Amino acid sequence: MRKSFLVVSITASLVLAILLSACGGAAQPVIKIGVNAPLTGDIPKVGEGTKYAAELWLEDIKNAGGLDVGGKKYQVELVIEDNESKAESAVAANTKMITQDEVLVIVGPQASKQAVPAGEVANNYETPMISPWSTNPNTTKDRPWVFRACFLDPFQGPVVANFVTEEFGFTKAGVLYDVASDYPKGLAEFFKKAWEELHGPGSVVAYESFTTKDTDFSAQLTKIKDSGAEFIFTPQYYNEVALIVKQAHQLGWDKPIVGSDSWGSSELIPLCGADCYGLFFSTHYAAAGATGKTKEFIDRYNAKYGYIPDDVAALTWDAFGLVQQAIQNCGKITGDIKADRKCVRDALAQIKAYDGITGKMDFTQGNDPVKCAVIVKIDDKGEFTFYKSVCP
Amino acid sequence: MAFFFQNVVNALQWGSFYALIALGYSMVYGVLMLFNFAHGDIFMTGAYIGFFVATMFVGLSATGILVLPNWLILILTILISMFLTSFVGMAVERVAYRPLRGAPRASAAITGLMVGIILETGNLALLGARRQKFPELIVSQTYDFGGVSVTNSKIMIVLVSIGLMIALHQFVRRTKWGMAMRAMAYDFVVVPLMGVSINLIAALTFGLGSALASAAGILFGIAYPVLDPYMGILFGWKAFVAAILGGRGSILGAALAGFLLGFIEIFVATIFPSTLRDLIAYSIILIILTFRPHGFFGEPYSAQLRL
Repeated sequence: MRKSFLVVSITASLVLAILLSACGGAAQPVIKIGVNAPLTGDIPKVGEGTKYAAELWLEDIKNAGGLDVGGKKYQVELVIEDNESKAESAVAANTKMITQDEVLVIVGPQASKQAVPAGEVANNYETPMISPWSTNPNTTKDRPWVFRACFLDPFQGPVVANFVTEEFGFTKAGVLYDVASDYPKGLAEFFKKAWEELHGPGSVVAYESFTTKDTDFSAQLTKIKDSGAEFIFTPQYYNEVALIVKQAHQLGWDKPIVGSDSWGSSELIPLCGADCYGLFFSTHYAAAGATGKTKEFIDRYNAKYGYIPDDVAALTWDAFGLVQQAIQNCGKITGDIKADRKCVRDALAQIKAYDGITGKMDFTQGNDPVKCAVIVKIDDKGEFTFYKSVCP
Repeated sequence: MAFFFQNVVNALQWGSFYALIALGYSMVYGVLMLFNFAHGDIFMTGAYIGFFVATMFVGLSATGILVLPNWLILILTILISMFLTSFVGMAVERVAYRPLRGAPRASAAITGLMVGIILETGNLALLGARRQKFPELIVSQTYDFGGVSVTNSKIMIVLVSIGLMIALHQFVRRTKWGMAMRAMAYDFVVVPLMGVSINLIAALTFGLGSALASAAGILFGIAYPVLDPYMGILFGWKAFVAAILGGRGSILGAALAGFLLGFIEIFVATIFPSTLRDLIAYSIILIILTFRPHGFFGEPYSAQLRL
């Protein structure tokens, strides 16, 4: 008796669900955009920046009365999923957004650790995905449906190697990186390759690693100090950078420490303090000294959320701009999600000169944009100031 | 040579944390024959309590309501946090372990894991996922002894840890409460018949272990000033390894094994490629345990609290 009741109620609710969804289809389709962000976990600040930039963009669309595609206004909805900064959760979040929420396009995940596996899912389900911040080549490699809004690790490695050689004239490098995380590991390898091409084999005198969640780096730093390295390159995330820099100074290290775009979080200085002043890192944009559209975005973000947006927020903003451009270039939304996804992907791949706040982007040579990198110096007040621009 | 001594200094600091946390595991096991798997998270809670107490005093000093020198703030922070965290430990015992005292051992181990998850996620809900920076109570000064860099905070951490271990030893050895703990470790069925309350002694044991974990948390915050809600998990596991290595129930063993673990980790990273650190370090420990399955100071079929 109870069983049959269950069967009846399930069937009834299924029928109802089908009817309801059919009704929904008849009305003006809503454009759903998925956001896959690390709201909790290791790098929550990155997740926060992603969410804020996305909401700021949505606000613009809402103020305009919807997104204008081929002369018709469409309502836009954001589906924001937390990937807990874990690869498995990012995969689950993408699968859910694609199959259950039926999003048109996905923005995110940010870190390569999540973007590489999540990109696989998006590509398999033929859903366009654009990762604003993931610099690992594998994210978009052989995946026609996956794009990014930033430059690549292989590019950042030589940028840092060239910059240090020109700026300081050093020949001996020490590297400290997390071997269990895709981004630092990839970047450390590309840097090593670039440095050894410049200064010959063996010029990376210390190549030390640790694993995620380690807090004590004294053994590795002692080795680096002992190896005669003239500077340390550490492509780590901001929370580890604070610990590494402090411990290096406590061990009597007084030479430069250079980083990559993962340093560029507004949390770095609160955690690291004066220890980080005077250090350099390569990144996508610098807030101090910005002009035009970039400044406009920074001011709006600062007014709304009370702090200067970091590169994640800026790149996410650009990713949404690209998505908007692609949807508009596509020209029509049919409501057939498969066809619409295909249309958006094709439009995205044809964007030739998108003028974003992190630089001009060209997608016609593949799914990785051609753009420039910025070298940032952390000044005596702890602000990230523009130091130099390095183009490919 | 300087390179070697530099690593000895690094290992001493790193080992003190393992030792302080391993003591909590070992004491609870000695008295109640159970492993408190929430201990790593009590360490985390202790660090956060320390963070709040220290921030409060620093704030009071900054606004001029109660101006205290930094060293006094540090001492007060350690004492107050140890006191408060001991209540966290006692509450955990009361809520998660006492109702299960007659239950199978596995149930108690699982409640411990759950309490750990509750503490982590509770912290996450309360403070959000943002990391906290432990206030700088000690202005870091680096001394150079012939190429060996030693900071004042490192010296302080090692001295305070060893001091606390001696204090614990004296407490267990010389006080009536300590004697009751040792008696309970000897036989927790008969001793309660003599009028010693097992509930009281269990609470005391958890309180002491948690107070030490809190001290470890604050010292950790001084050395590595980035706190996050999950900092206790891996650390708890490794300290648990130290407790086993020392011999279950042995206080001296836990302290020594904690330092040994610190030395093994640091020196493996120094000699071998650092990528292989945990692989080699924990293989060494596995081999030690193969030959001494009861740890350094443990004996088969006995859980006596040895000192």
